[in-house]
Amino acid sequence: MSENRIKKAFEKCKHENRAAFMPFVSAGYPDIKTSQAIMDGFPQAGADIIEVGMPFSDPMADGPIVEAAGHVALKNGQTLQKTLNMVASFRQKDSETPIILMGYYNPIYIFGVDNFLDEAKKAGVDGLIVVDLPSEEDGELCLPALKANIDFIRLTTPTTNDERLKTVLKNSSGFIYYVSITGITGSKITNYDKVEKAVKRIKSQTELPVCVGFGIKTADDAKAIGKHADGVVIASVLIKALGDSLENEKATKQSVNSVLEIVRSLAKGVRQAR
Amino acid sequence: MENNNLRNSLKNGPDENGNFGIFGGRFVAETLMPLILELQSEYKKAKNDKAYQAELSALNSTYTGRPSPLYFAERLTNELNGAKIYFKREELNHTGSHKINNCLGQILLAKRMGRTRIIAETGAGQHGVATATVCARFGLPCVIYMGATDVERQAPNVFRMKLLGAEVVPVSAGAGTLKDAMNEALRDWVTNVDDTYYLIGTAAGPHPYPAMVRDFQSIIGHELREQFLKVEGKLPDAIVACIGGGSNAIGIFHTFLDDNEVKLYGAEAGGYGLDVENGHAASMSGGKPGVLHGNRTYLLQNEDGQILEGHSISAGLDYPGVGPEHSFLKDSGRVNYVPITDKEALEAFQICTKLEGIIPALESAHGLAQVIKLAPTMDKEQTIVLNLSGRGDKDVETVGKHLGVEL
Ligand SMILES: Cc1ncc(COP(=O)(O)O)c(C=O)c1O
Repeated sequence: MSENRIKKAFEKCKHENRAAFMPFVSAGYPDIKTSQAIMDGFPQAGADIIEVGMPFSDPMADGPIVEAAGHVALKNGQTLQKTLNMVASFRQKDSETPIILMGYYNPIYIFGVDNFLDEAKKAGVDGLIVVDLPSEEDGELCLPALKANIDFIRLTTPTTNDERLKTVLKNSSGFIYYVSITGITGSKITNYDKVEKAVKRIKSQTELPVCVGFGIKTADDAKAIGKHADGVVIASVLIKALGDSLENEKATKQSVNSVLEIVRSLAKGVRQAR
Repeated sequence: MENNNLRNSLKNGPDENGNFGIFGGRFVAETLMPLILELQSEYKKAKNDKAYQAELSALNSTYTGRPSPLYFAERLTNELNGAKIYFKREELNHTGSHKINNCLGQILLAKRMGRTRIIAETGAGQHGVATATVCARFGLPCVIYMGATDVERQAPNVFRMKLLGAEVVPVSAGAGTLKDAMNEALRDWVTNVDDTYYLIGTAAGPHPYPAMVRDFQSIIGHELREQFLKVEGKLPDAIVACIGGGSNAIGIFHTFLDDNEVKLYGAEAGGYGLDVENGHAASMSGGKPGVLHGNRTYLLQNEDGQILEGHSISAGLDYPGVGPEHSFLKDSGRVNYVPITDKEALEAFQICTKLEGIIPALESAHGLAQVIKLAPTMDKEQTIVLNLSGRGDKDVETVGKHLGVEL
């Protein structure tokens, strides 16, 4: 696969005059089989790009819902290798939908950066979002990833002023992820206008697509944000719905569909935004 | 020649990016980067500001009660029949530990930066109490994050914080200890970036915290050098301190790093013993380098890079990481880091109480246990200094429980 899947996905959405829809799945939550089925079902349900959360014991930027999901996954024996295996399994069925791995640096550091990039490339990973690697630490993973042709997607936030934005954009690739709030995952967007302004400000400084995540909960949110952003990420609502479907932390018959149903509904919202 | 010496100095760290060799750095979410960069530049300015330094110095002497005394522990020395043992008595500071040294430095900085809300994490509650104290003193609202387990085992300190006007938020994630409190404080900070100052309590976290906290705590070592030369006419042969995140230790070690004749020992929390998985909090003796809470450092972790919870009888040492400068000093071989078990610390706690009439904090008792091992192996003309980092009033209940006494 020499074609850049991320680029292609955004081109397709642009052609259809809509934002890309990007749901999140926490790898191994509540178990590998269920999270694999959710991931495998995403494209049919309207996902353009998939974000796969790599669980970490101490996820500093995540709220209680995403954190708890990761802890259940870890308790059930999820590892970075198993997450990579899930991506590889997905790739055998789908060669188009881009996969972004999202998580924290330590498990990658311990896996070994070169080893990780090799395995990620082989599995069919397209991009990485590593929350605790700001531009100041580009030498750790960002530059090696770019060399390995894996996009390194960086977060910008309401605290990223114009001066700082230059630094953040420097080695960014794939797309820019605008974190719509100062805070943790699971909080709610309160001001669409502010987000719109921020997206426009970032777009004036980069050719890369600008996607918005954190705080998108309803089809209306998705619609409002998808009007101006190039992509819309949703996570906590999906994890919450999945959590609600469990019995004694175990998946039920409804689990996979309870997530995919929301994905369908929000994907529709995004498609009606413009 | 002098340049050459400077280049070989162990005191040069960190570099501009906060690295001590491979350790340290700034591994934080982008939301926090602008804040950390601002803090770095403000701290640099404050360091060279005479008015700031004068205010800090005045508070150190009139509010904290510095300099803290250097005390010759005569009965302990006689009992162990080896090196002469001295205590650097940080436990006599206002609020009962070395933590106040750092809190005063940082609260003045927060004030300079116009921050109006202070947050902090705490383990033993000593840093929480010191933070709540300076917040009361400067009229700033204060939120303290504390693991739920620690809220229970350090109950007297929780009440003290509340009396001082702080809001104490128990954190039940994980094992409910210091690591979890730090996660929660970071989440608060990411959420309230506009008005909030994060007053980290140990020499760890993202740059510039490890260097800044060290600088504020280095007053311990500077005083010690002067006091010791006065009474003994030479430098001590050994200095011992306990290691949680490492602030009291780096504070007493730092000025002596290039004095190679002074042996330095850091006592880590050996808990139930290093061979018990997840049963200790000795990150350097029993962990390996990784990235957590903004810095690369030695961490207790599994083979997948997930952080372990660890265990120590002492809430202040119950942390799976350590400040990055200690990791650097471990690899350089300059400081000898040794594990001390819960049991050894408990014994040392009782010995000190009975022989010297000083109830040490369980944290400091780990250092004391190392002194008890070391002194008999040294000559009578030799000297050891223990950094007696805190008093043990807060631990009386915990110790009672372990000795089978219900209070
Ligand atoms: C009395 C005392 N000593 C030592 C410590 C450990 O911290 P540090 O290693 O930063 O000195 C604590 C922490 O709570 C403490 O209360």
